[in-house]
Amino acid sequence: MNRHRSKLVLLASLVAAGGLSFLQPYISPYYFQIIIYIGINIILASSLNLINGFAGQFSLGHAGFMAIGAYTASVITTAMNLQPGTTLAIPMFLLALLCGGLIASIFGLLVGIPSLRLKGDYLAITTLGFGEIIRVIIQNLDFLGAARGFTGIAKLADFFWVYAFVAVLIFLIYNLIHSTYGKGFMAVRDDEIASEAVGINVTHYKVVAFVTGAFFAGIAGGLYAHFVTYINPSQFGFLRSFEIVVMVVVGGMGSIGGVIVAAILLTILPEALRAIAQYRMVIYSLLLIIIMLARPQGLFGGGISIKRFLKQNPEQT
Amino acid sequence: MYKSKPAYIVLALVIFGLLVISCGRKTSDNEILIGEYSSLTGTTATFGQSTHRGILMAVDEINKAGGVLGKKIKLLTEDDQSKPEEAAMAVTKLISRDGVKAIIGEVSSSRSLAAAPICQANRIPMVSNASTNPEVTRKGDYIFRVCYIDPFQGEVMAKFVFNSLKLRRVAILEDVKNDYSIGLAQYFEENFKKLGGEVVATQAYSEGDTDFKAQLTALKGSDPEAIIVPGYYTEAALIVKQARDLNMNMPFIGGDGWDSAKLTEIGGAAMNNTYFSTAYSADDPNPVVQNFVTKYHKLYSDSPDAFAVLGYDAARLLFDAINRAGSVEGDKIRDALKATRDFPGVSGMITIDADRNARKPIVIIEIGDGKMKYKETIQPD
Repeated sequence: MNRHRSKLVLLASLVAAGGLSFLQPYISPYYFQIIIYIGINIILASSLNLINGFAGQFSLGHAGFMAIGAYTASVITTAMNLQPGTTLAIPMFLLALLCGGLIASIFGLLVGIPSLRLKGDYLAITTLGFGEIIRVIIQNLDFLGAARGFTGIAKLADFFWVYAFVAVLIFLIYNLIHSTYGKGFMAVRDDEIASEAVGINVTHYKVVAFVTGAFFAGIAGGLYAHFVTYINPSQFGFLRSFEIVVMVVVGGMGSIGGVIVAAILLTILPEALRAIAQYRMVIYSLLLIIIMLARPQGLFGGGISIKRFLKQNPEQT
Repeated sequence: MYKSKPAYIVLALVIFGLLVISCGRKTSDNEILIGEYSSLTGTTATFGQSTHRGILMAVDEINKAGGVLGKKIKLLTEDDQSKPEEAAMAVTKLISRDGVKAIIGEVSSSRSLAAAPICQANRIPMVSNASTNPEVTRKGDYIFRVCYIDPFQGEVMAKFVFNSLKLRRVAILEDVKNDYSIGLAQYFEENFKKLGGEVVATQAYSEGDTDFKAQLTALKGSDPEAIIVPGYYTEAALIVKQARDLNMNMPFIGGDGWDSAKLTEIGGAAMNNTYFSTAYSADDPNPVVQNFVTKYHKLYSDSPDAFAVLGYDAARLLFDAINRAGSVEGDKIRDALKATRDFPGVSGMITIDADRNARKPIVIIEIGDGKMKYKETIQPD
């Protein structure tokens, strides 16, 4: 797929998202909710994939960026008292989401510059700590509702918004990966010392990946807040970060399609398992173990593209 | 790649099979569907499980007595893993896929706050069993509760400390991670100061902490006559235990978050000289209570905690309202719920006020000799 075609695909997916959103009244709200959660999880997992999969930096703080985006966007829309359906709602909601993403990426930059000089485990611990700091700070800020949570958020996010951002993000990642920057990311991931030796500014590439990932995590947070309409710091704990990491690992680090499949699968799975009530998380975890044993590199990791997988012919590209 | 094919096939089959199972629920015309969302797993699993037992018992009883409006009650329960977004999901599923007529839940205010707008938008009455945050019922006129709210509990605790224990200087140790704890601490402090008491120090901890010596030592310095710990039983028991190790022998006072058999199990003898306010006491001589306790013990061979009682009361209050409404339509059930006056619940006479909150008495429990004992009942003004 060349650049030109990928732009057409983006346009087509945006139109499709707009068109499909008219079907909303005909879908059961329950399935609709799952579809929205899937979209939000795709954004979260794909943006983390940029950091963990392509740039090879193990971040565990994605929920922190999500929280920043969620709270920023919610504060803006509630301060303006935006109501769904009004003319101001669409541009202002977009603005609020972008602000959320922007603030999240500023925090990404602040955390990234010092900590991305660290490697591997150290970075994981720093980002984990960052995520927890964000959560604890919000928990103690009274104007954000502290531990009581932030209520009264308007339900502005719908199918179109969520999937428009999914399309934009995938387009962006696809193009980024096939650009000089993308090659830089992968060079840093594959061999940091060698890439430094050939003159790649390693920290710069890491920070770019980190900040971009944080931006989209912030957007996902804003969408989430305006869909659930109630946010609480406990929703953005480290367990949420782990869930996103699990999606990336199950899908295959550095596989765009694989991570999308994993995000869909891991969102549907707990719902499909509702029939067995309280034992469902046991089965859920068991399935994760089975997947990891069968495919340690993730469902579509290790250089296997979905196209090839579906054709069942590893020789063909 | 070919080697791992069977794993995919197995996975696909398992998921497909579960989807088929979960789609297979059928209902008949002789049933009224009632939904329950509960924290059966996760951080507050004991609350959810107790509630579930209470509701099940109420459903069993009403069905044995002929059901409601000549129909059997069928209860559908969904687990929310103690997470607000899962609660939203569970309630959406119950309403849109199962078509329940009313919803019972939740213990935690954060989960109720996530679910309430969904019930309101679908015009399905929701009866919260134990969410004490005032915000919950403000979400709309289809949202009710059978427990008292934090301001009332805070007021009662303040009165109890000031009038019954006759203490004037207290310290507060609150759980900053918990909306319930912060709210209760705030309402206690307001009322206690109004009565003429003094809060000499406030310290904070977070749900999940296990070491409280630093905070306790700091509180000890300001020499309070009693310490208020408006948190959950898991931390409260550890706090009191560690305080006794530090030679702090003053009374400790808590709210209904303390109400669990685990409190004395974890705390042991250290829990002596502590008090907490709650919805009900198993020692209450009232025959309604004693009747319930005996039945519950026969069914589960365990004594019921307040969450079981509130689950039972929420379910019975709802069934009573459906009966009075003479219909399973959302707005008729809502009107009947609104008109509830002096409903004889196990947790006292319940009257639904104009804000859809319950007005009811509150019970103070004293712990002595490692046992929980009924101390007194405080009526609403």
